[in-house]
Amino acid sequence: MAFISVTSPHTNRANSTAGVMQQLLLATLPGILALCWFFGWGTLVQLTLSVITAVLCEAGILYLRKKPIAFYLKDYSAVVTAVLLALAIPPIAPWWIVVIGTGFAMVFAKHLYGGLGSNPFNPAMVGYAFLLISFPLQMTTWLPSEGNFGASTGVENTLQLIFSNNPGEETNSYDAFSGATPLDELKTQLDLDQSTDILQQQDVFKGFIAGAGWDWVNVAFLIGGCFLIWRKIISWHIPVGFLAGLGILAIVFNLYQPTQYASPLFHWFSGGCMLGAFFIATDPVSAATSNKGRFIYGLLIGVLIYIIRTFGGYPDAVAFAVLLLNLAAPTIDYYTQPRSYGHDKPNRGTAKKDS
Amino acid sequence: MSRNTWKFHGGIHPPQNKQQSVSASIRQLPLPEKLILPLQQHIGAPSKVLVNVGDSVLKGQLLAQAKGFVSANLHAPSSGTVIDISDQPVQHPSGLPGKCIVIETDDKEQWCEINPIDDYRQIDVKQLLSAINEAGIVGMGGAGFPSHVKIGTQQAISTLILNAVECEPYITSDDLLMRERAAEIIEGLQILAFILKPKEILVGIEDNKPEAIAAMQRAAQESVQANPGSPYAVTIVSIPTIYPSGGEKQIIQILTGKEVPSGGLPSDLGIVCHNTGTVHAIRNAIIEGKPLISRITTMTGNLVSDSGNIEVLLGTPVSHLLQHTRTSVNKIHRLIMGGPMMGFSMRSTEIPIVKTSNCIIAADDQEFPDAPPEQPCIRCGACAEVCPAKLLPQQLFFYSKSKEIDKAKHYNLMDCIECGACSFVCPSQIPLVQYFRFGKGEVRKNKIEADKSDRARMRFEAHQERLEKEAAAKEEKRQQRAAATALKKEKQAKAKLEKEAAEAANPSTAATLQTESTSNNADEVLETLKSNATKASKRYQQAKKALQLAEKNGADNIEKLREKILQLETKAGNAKQALKDALPSPAKKTNAEPPSTSNSAQQETDTGAVIAAATARVKVKKAQNALAAAQASGASQQVLEHLTTNLSTARTELEQHASSEPTTGDAQ
Repeated sequence: MAFISVTSPHTNRANSTAGVMQQLLLATLPGILALCWFFGWGTLVQLTLSVITAVLCEAGILYLRKKPIAFYLKDYSAVVTAVLLALAIPPIAPWWIVVIGTGFAMVFAKHLYGGLGSNPFNPAMVGYAFLLISFPLQMTTWLPSEGNFGASTGVENTLQLIFSNNPGEETNSYDAFSGATPLDELKTQLDLDQSTDILQQQDVFKGFIAGAGWDWVNVAFLIGGCFLIWRKIISWHIPVGFLAGLGILAIVFNLYQPTQYASPLFHWFSGGCMLGAFFIATDPVSAATSNKGRFIYGLLIGVLIYIIRTFGGYPDAVAFAVLLLNLAAPTIDYYTQPRSYGHDKPNRGTAKKDS
Repeated sequence: MSRNTWKFHGGIHPPQNKQQSVSASIRQLPLPEKLILPLQQHIGAPSKVLVNVGDSVLKGQLLAQAKGFVSANLHAPSSGTVIDISDQPVQHPSGLPGKCIVIETDDKEQWCEINPIDDYRQIDVKQLLSAINEAGIVGMGGAGFPSHVKIGTQQAISTLILNAVECEPYITSDDLLMRERAAEIIEGLQILAFILKPKEILVGIEDNKPEAIAAMQRAAQESVQANPGSPYAVTIVSIPTIYPSGGEKQIIQILTGKEVPSGGLPSDLGIVCHNTGTVHAIRNAIIEGKPLISRITTMTGNLVSDSGNIEVLLGTPVSHLLQHTRTSVNKIHRLIMGGPMMGFSMRSTEIPIVKTSNCIIAADDQEFPDAPPEQPCIRCGACAEVCPAKLLPQQLFFYSKSKEIDKAKHYNLMDCIECGACSFVCPSQIPLVQYFRFGKGEVRKNKIEADKSDRARMRFEAHQERLEKEAAAKEEKRQQRAAATALKKEKQAKAKLEKEAAEAANPSTAATLQTESTSNNADEVLETLKSNATKASKRYQQAKKALQLAEKNGADNIEKLREKILQLETKAGNAKQALKDALPSPAKKTNAEPPSTSNSAQQETDTGAVIAAATARVKVKKAQNALAAAQASGASQQVLEHLTTNLSTARTELEQHASSEPTTGDAQ
């Protein structure tokens, strides 16, 4: 009698990539809820559009690559990319923005590099950066936050804004609805030689920490992120490094000249900070891989975000910072190997031929 | 118990599944009809067979002897007859058969002569070591490293560790052994302590075995009471249950906080670590004088009805165990020897129990389902979190898969202990350990190849050096010779001058001398030319044949062969031509050139004539010889005739030349 021969181990913990992705999606729920509460239902529309586009693109490419479609779709990685991109896009952006961005992310940033696990860059951020460079107006036009699920804008108006070809003409109210984000506004005001005192004056900044609505959105993503750490979906190293890098620079500059540089709390709780720290920078495929490496990776992202936000041309910088550090991740990996059992010190750098 | 313990990095908590096999006590099975004993049950060289087919053997008799230091003896587990020594399916993961001694048992269980040692404390340590060596004891936890090598270490040992952790799920053989024979294990530890003289003896047991811990503590106390003066107290340490705390490197780290250096041995730290079963076998070898012929094996798995621990004779086929534990053999989906984390699947139930077989798991497809398809690695790092060697399995995986072996080595691939924790937690179901085994195999292969090419290079360099030396020596000699020749020439020139002077005085003698020497030289030249011609034409023929053959077989180097043949043909032609030129020319020359009045011209012509005459003479002689030989050997008429003609031709030639040959008298 002959039996199959397989190598050890013979048991597995019942966990799967799909499980990891599902928990990640679950963790975005507080953030989605907060976005909807403050900026209306547009976020849900964007999410739907994005997920549909992502799944279609993934299926199409898998078909072209002659891969089993159902097997790969079941890992939920396409959905995760789509959700993360949709959460970063303004809720009232025209429908084609999110479709183009998601398509670009799936086809160019993910599958042209070999699909899941082989992409050097975070696909959602590639999509976002692509959109931001190509369509800066649409990508920076947010609704003012109001709470109550965007009641004053209304579902009908939201849909019209998203699906009409020329919102400005048809509704004649585009400008009425839209506005800049607190980060954007602060940057503009500081450029106009205003001081950070305006944070206390203008409506857009009237939140409990950093801008109406935005602070709550960030708190919601922070809660989701803590859930991920608790579930061991992500390790604490990247988010902590990220927030530390951003926070330390913010503290230093804020202490040096409080009127010109916003406080660390403002930086932490505005824009895409928490989404970036817990959901985007933590994409393991494109991040550094050892714990030490992850911390350094996160730290440098935080530093870059502060630099770009404060001295660069863009109000927020999660996408660019993450992409730049994606580029540096392999180098970080080379220099952050852990010390293995039985070794005096960790190996450094690249492999030597005869080592 | 209050002893401090350390933590190793990572680790996992797989389902224990030990309760199935701990309820029954250790039992024995009826004697199997056949015992199959592989010659390789240990790490190191296979043992050397001492018996022949047909020999009857007694229980405990030495069947095969250790070959070299790292090897182990093998004894007959029961009395009977050797019926076969051949390749049989064995426990190796490759599934390849191995050489085995097969014994047909005779039910008599007749022991050979055994030598129990009454009081080991009175015996020389060396004698104890050799007794352990004789008993064929190897590490019974799974690796099978010959125990006498570990115990016989020259390094000073400060800590003796009993690895009673048994961290693999399902396996309970050490647990039951400790519950039932704790005193014997402690006795074994005392023997080892007597040999190694450690400062402390530590027993590491996972806290999921409270009965075993209690039994061992009791036995340790009793031992202290029984030997009040003994300096070797045994400390039982309960350690947290986490896989793979039973790995040698891990238990050392847990109990001492030290790490075995990469590529080193525990003895480098002054530590020796032995498995429970091994220590028990050592005790049996010394106290009872019995070699290692049986072990405790856990029979477990969904399909085993009477699961439990069995004291089984080595060589017992697994089928015998399955049969006597009422196992539904036909439902077996995976049959595993060892634990679920590091054991290997068997292909057949006829594989025998060996010294390292601590567990047999007969599982259906519910218990150990087939692995789901591998998904892409998302570098989540779950593997790195659990790796007890603190490696980065996600990186090792990429490098092993892409055969970037240098990089894998740089990430310390060789420090992987193959515990399987990474594969266990991988959400993408990647069989990481399999990739690492492959990578390690590549590293070893590369090393062997590198060593080989190093040796080849050294050989080549030595060869080159030798050639250079030879060439230098030759060159030196040549220069010496050249110098000598120059000297000689100078002398000759002088001699010539003198000779000329002498010639002037007595010309006729000189001429005669010269003529004779010339004719001798000519003969030699002709011989060489002839042999050259034959050789060349022979080569040409050979080449032609080769070409024909090649054409027939359609070889691809025909063009080359043709070219070569052309070359050879020309060569052969040239050689023949040279021979031809050499042969008749003297005669022609002599005939064509009118006798010259000048002294030197006359001499030259004469010389040619002399050569021709000499050649002709040689020919005649040869022809005569050939004819004589042919006649003597009774050659055919045709051949004789041919030879006779040859002879006559040669004679005519000779006559012609002889007539033109100058006589000594009328040379001037």
